[in-house]
This record gives sequence, C-alpha cells and structure tokens, in this order.
Amino acid sequence: MISIHLILFLAFGAVALAGAINLLAQTHPINSALSLIAVMAALAGEYLLLGAEFVAAVQVIVYAGAVMVLFVFVIMLLNAGVEEHTKGSHVAVLFGIPGTLLGSILVAWVVLRHSGTGAVAVGALPGPPKTIGPLLFHEFLLPFEITSILILVAIMGAVVLASKPPSSPPGGPKGVD
Amino acid sequence: MVPISYYLVLSGILFACGVTGFLIKRNIITIFMSIELMLNGVNLSFVAFAAHWQVLAGQVFVFFVMVVAAAEAAVGLAIIIAVYRTRETLNVDQVNLLKL
Repeated sequence: MISIHLILFLAFGAVALAGAINLLAQTHPINSALSLIAVMAALAGEYLLLGAEFVAAVQVIVYAGAVMVLFVFVIMLLNAGVEEHTKGSHVAVLFGIPGTLLGSILVAWVVLRHSGTGAVAVGALPGPPKTIGPLLFHEFLLPFEITSILILVAIMGAVVLASKPPSSPPGGPKGVD
Repeated sequence: MVPISYYLVLSGILFACGVTGFLIKRNIITIFMSIELMLNGVNLSFVAFAAHWQVLAGQVFVFFVMVVAAAEAAVGLAIIIAVYRTRETLNVDQVNLLKL
C-alpha cells in the first residue's frame, strides 16, 4: 500500500538528493548555488509533509530567498569562474568519498535497524505561527534575545570585514581609523 | 504514513553530501554552500523528530539554526570578499596564510 504521503516524500527526497549530488558534480559555483536552491525548495516540501507549515514558509523565504540571494550576489560580485583542480584535492577525494559513503551507510543502517519507532502522519503535529509564536516568545525567550544579539554582532562584523581597508599611509592623520 | 527513519536517512545523506563537498571542493564559495547543505540536513532531522515526539520545540530550534546560518552566511561571505580582495583568488589551496 503506497500512500500519497510516501509518493510525495519520495518525490521531494529525489529532488533534494539530485540537487545535493548536482552541487558536488558542478564545477561552476553559480550552478552549485542554483542546485542548492532546488535542495532547499524540496526540503520545504518535506517540512510541509511533516506538518511544519511555518518552518516551510520560513525555509523558502529566508533560506532559498535571502541567504541564497546573498550567495549568488557574492558569486557575481567576485566574478567567480570554474574552479581549478589542484594537486591537494586528490587526497581529499581518496579519503573523503569512501569516508562519507561509509558514514552514510552506517547512519542508514543504524536508523533503519531501529525503524520500529512509528510513522509520521500528515498534519499530526501542525506547526502554524499561532502555536509557534507563544513557544518562541515565552519558553525560548532568552535564546531568542541572544540570537538577536548574535545577528547584531554578525551585521557589524560583516560591515567591518567587507568595508575597504583605509588607504591612508601609516603616518597619516590621527583619529582616522 | 512514512516511517520517521526515512526522513532521518534522507537527512543523513544530505549531511554526508555536504561533508563530501566540504572535502572535495576547491572553491571557497562552494565549500560554504556545502556547509549550508549540512545545516539543512540537520534541520530536516529536527523537524522529523519534532513530528515524531509531538514536541514543537524541535521546530523552534530550526529557527535558531536558520538564524545562526544567516549570521554565518553574512560574516563568511564578508570574509570571502576580504580574502578575494587581498589574494585575488577563490581557490582554497592558494589561501595558505591566516593573515590578510
């Protein structure tokens, strides 16, 4: 018995997997960025299947929207070309691919061995903003406020790092940073 | 009804793809995107466990992961711009000094 839920899960999962593998296969960063957007959109579909409506919306808006626009913007700003293959990458290929293959097989084996933990039904745990909001602003108020400070620090750090270094000579005017 | 383990396996495979990209890619921007892929894999397991244990806190944690990812993207891309300005390259093999 194949439910529509399973079909949708497999469809979104196939898109996510294809995007993730395409991210590895492509050599131009803009192609990798576009396949990462496909992965994020497919994951938003998976979140909808799990009943996390608000998370799915935020995934599309923040991740596939804002963060990836930032990535594409930087790729175009730096005029990034096709990546060159260098000698050092052979060692990483030699150990990286078998290692991650082994790791994913191990994870899959452990998880599937304990698969008698039940199943997830559509809408079993609805996550609309109405239920997320009180949780975020009551129980998780302190982490929420701390993340706001983190964002502030990150904004200031990004501005300081990306701003042009002062071109004044070492013996230049005092008081100018 | 989809078993929770299917979601976890998908999440694990996405994380493994991110690790592989982090190891085999030479372009610093693509390496950064691999990190985002790993974070997405972790987010999927958060949401899957939230649905499994019927606890909404898992979904709230996804927001915190997203905030950290956004902050990381902002700072990391600024660092990439600073590296490119001084080194004129995006290849991580040619960036061998921490000093700018």
